[in-house]
Amino acid sequence: MNRSTTGLRRSLGWRSPKLRKRTELTILLAPGLILFVGFVFIPIVIAAYYSFYNWSGYGPLNDAIGFRNYSYAFNDPAFIQAIEHTIYLTVASVVIQGPLSIGIALLLNRKFFGRAFLRTVIFAPYVLPPAVTGVMWSLILQPGGFADQVLKAFGLGGLVQLWLANVHVVLLTVFLVLTWQYIGFGIVLLLAGLQNVPIELKQAAAIDGASPWQVTRRITLPLLAPTIRIWGFITVIGSLQIFDIVWVLTEGGPAGASSTITSYMVLQGVDSTDFGFASAIAVILFAFCLVFALVYQRFALRRDVRGALTRAVGN
Amino acid sequence: MRSSRALAAVALAVTTATAAAACSSGSSSSTSTPAGTSSAASSSASSPSTAAKVTLTWWNNATNQPLLGIYTSAIKGFEAQHPNIAITNVPIQNELLQDTKIPLALEGNNPPNIYQQWGGGVLGQQVTSGKVDNITADVASWIGGISGASGWQANGQQYGVPVDLHVVGFWYRKDIFKKVGITVPTTLAQLESDDTKLRAAGYAPIAVGSKDRWPDAFWWEYFALRDCPQSTVQSAIKGESFSASCFGQASTNLAAFLKTNPFQTGFLGTSSQQGAGSSAGLVASGKAAMELQGDWDPSVMEGVSTNKNLSSELGWFPFPQTPGSAGSQTAVLGGGDGYSCTGTTTQAQACAEFLQYLDSPTVQAQIVGPGQTGEPVLTSESSAITLPATQTAAAYFKTASYEELYFDTALPTKPGQNLDTAIANYFSSPTSSTASAIANSPATP
Repeated sequence: MNRSTTGLRRSLGWRSPKLRKRTELTILLAPGLILFVGFVFIPIVIAAYYSFYNWSGYGPLNDAIGFRNYSYAFNDPAFIQAIEHTIYLTVASVVIQGPLSIGIALLLNRKFFGRAFLRTVIFAPYVLPPAVTGVMWSLILQPGGFADQVLKAFGLGGLVQLWLANVHVVLLTVFLVLTWQYIGFGIVLLLAGLQNVPIELKQAAAIDGASPWQVTRRITLPLLAPTIRIWGFITVIGSLQIFDIVWVLTEGGPAGASSTITSYMVLQGVDSTDFGFASAIAVILFAFCLVFALVYQRFALRRDVRGALTRAVGN
Repeated sequence: MRSSRALAAVALAVTTATAAAACSSGSSSSTSTPAGTSSAASSSASSPSTAAKVTLTWWNNATNQPLLGIYTSAIKGFEAQHPNIAITNVPIQNELLQDTKIPLALEGNNPPNIYQQWGGGVLGQQVTSGKVDNITADVASWIGGISGASGWQANGQQYGVPVDLHVVGFWYRKDIFKKVGITVPTTLAQLESDDTKLRAAGYAPIAVGSKDRWPDAFWWEYFALRDCPQSTVQSAIKGESFSASCFGQASTNLAAFLKTNPFQTGFLGTSSQQGAGSSAGLVASGKAAMELQGDWDPSVMEGVSTNKNLSSELGWFPFPQTPGSAGSQTAVLGGGDGYSCTGTTTQAQACAEFLQYLDSPTVQAQIVGPGQTGEPVLTSESSAITLPATQTAAAYFKTASYEELYFDTALPTKPGQNLDTAIANYFSSPTSSTASAIANSPATP
């Protein structure tokens, strides 16, 4: 009798769709949620807590200074410079890498001999660890190094620069290396997006007399737009947080000419052991990323969630 | 990869970027001879005679030979004399050790019993963690014979002991100097005229690794030592302000020197120790004629070059004099590698005994001889130095009017780093505003 009651209760419980859904959600979401809370949420909260202290990393947290770390940061010209450099890299990534990626992806989407090989070659740099990329390019870009020799060999000796030592050039150098490393990722992402553009639509347009340019402009690009928006999101967040290549190539130098928010943060935290201040920088960077993510979500990505696809085609 | 605080001891870990966790084969197999039944002679009367065995973990940056082997055999020798004490050797890549592992360990609950540091204000900051043992009483009987030991004090108490010392000076290529027909300069004016001749002969006169920032700081600090009396230098470091006018004079003199274009092309982007394109690599390969560096430089050069004759081609001379200026003309800039202890009283005692062993004549001869780490802390052992250039440096070291610890180590970490950054900015653009940034740098928030 006892057994049958439990059996009844259990079967009743499982029949309740609400409870079942909850159990399912708990089981499926728990692992991810625990990781997210443990390694993302809690560290952010702790960083925010540290940022209100003057703390060298040694000894107890006993010197609470309110928002002073934040006001120091925004009064430090070196930090303002780092923000400017980060914005420069972000805007340049979107404005230059974007059209370049789309163009190359469109080319690589056509059928031609050696396409698979070219796709591999273009994606290859992305596979390299950024630190390796940094070391490799710092060798290539040495004064009189490989880059200079190649330029001279093509009669472009006038373009030779002190790539990593000239304070007016170094940020551009960093951007070129970043582009070399990350453009393959954008191209592969967009190529995947292009596979989702129905061939029938293009054929129908062609039959209706649309030129190839019109097909690309009116059919392919609008249908690729969701992928482009996702690419934009990843690129902006990635650029705001860019660190490894910058650190290996220049450490943010010379004289801070290629500093980024993260390189400034590491300099202040790890090298100067001012962990309270570095935490404040981390929180500021987090705020930048969060604001961007929310705004982008609200104004750009929401269209995709709502089904921009059908409407775009319907128009 | 950087190394602003990676001054001195970098030499030992040198250019390899890989943490040699896999190389830590030196961990000692503990011989479990019961105390008392051991016939091993104990050199130290203060050895604890209790039966409990003490195991100490030793963090150092000797990831490469020859120092790794020297340390391993030092452990064996020490354990033979002290059957109660076992030492586990944990060599860790230098930057990882100094910048990440030690600060984290001191903040955690289980710091290594013996760990490497460079003394000065940085050690003082580590002491504030409350984990570093005060070993004043444990070393009192022998610390008097150790050169430079006062650099490892905080609040007048001994919190560490040096095992080797460093001096910063010019490492130059004797063969290039001979070919160009110049001699070792004793004044700054002579150095400048040598530079002109070297430049005309197609060499980069002086190499500098400005990317790392601290090599730039050596230059400014030496100008400061020449332009400021010792008392001014020391009170500036203590008060964390370089606003005295002689420091401004040092900046001005440095700017005038920078104007003579003494460095290699693109020096602002050059690292000091990584690969053939580094400043050490440029001197080793004969593209540059000299470099202002610490006495770890020869071993760094060995690591980044295939030049077999380097040790005979390398010479040393002190930073030139600037006649008429107010500071000491024979003061040297330097530092050293030392160790601190953490843990219980028993562990601290055992640690102090081990440090005494490292500072004993036999081990000192090994460390500065085949180990090539610099100068010994026992003046009697400087004869063990094998490299001719380092012998010259050690001989000069003895006659120097005084030695000043690298400013970025003498200061607490943040002011020290601020100073290095301000000096590096001055190298990039020597203006009055960057000069005043140096003066105020330690106080920068």
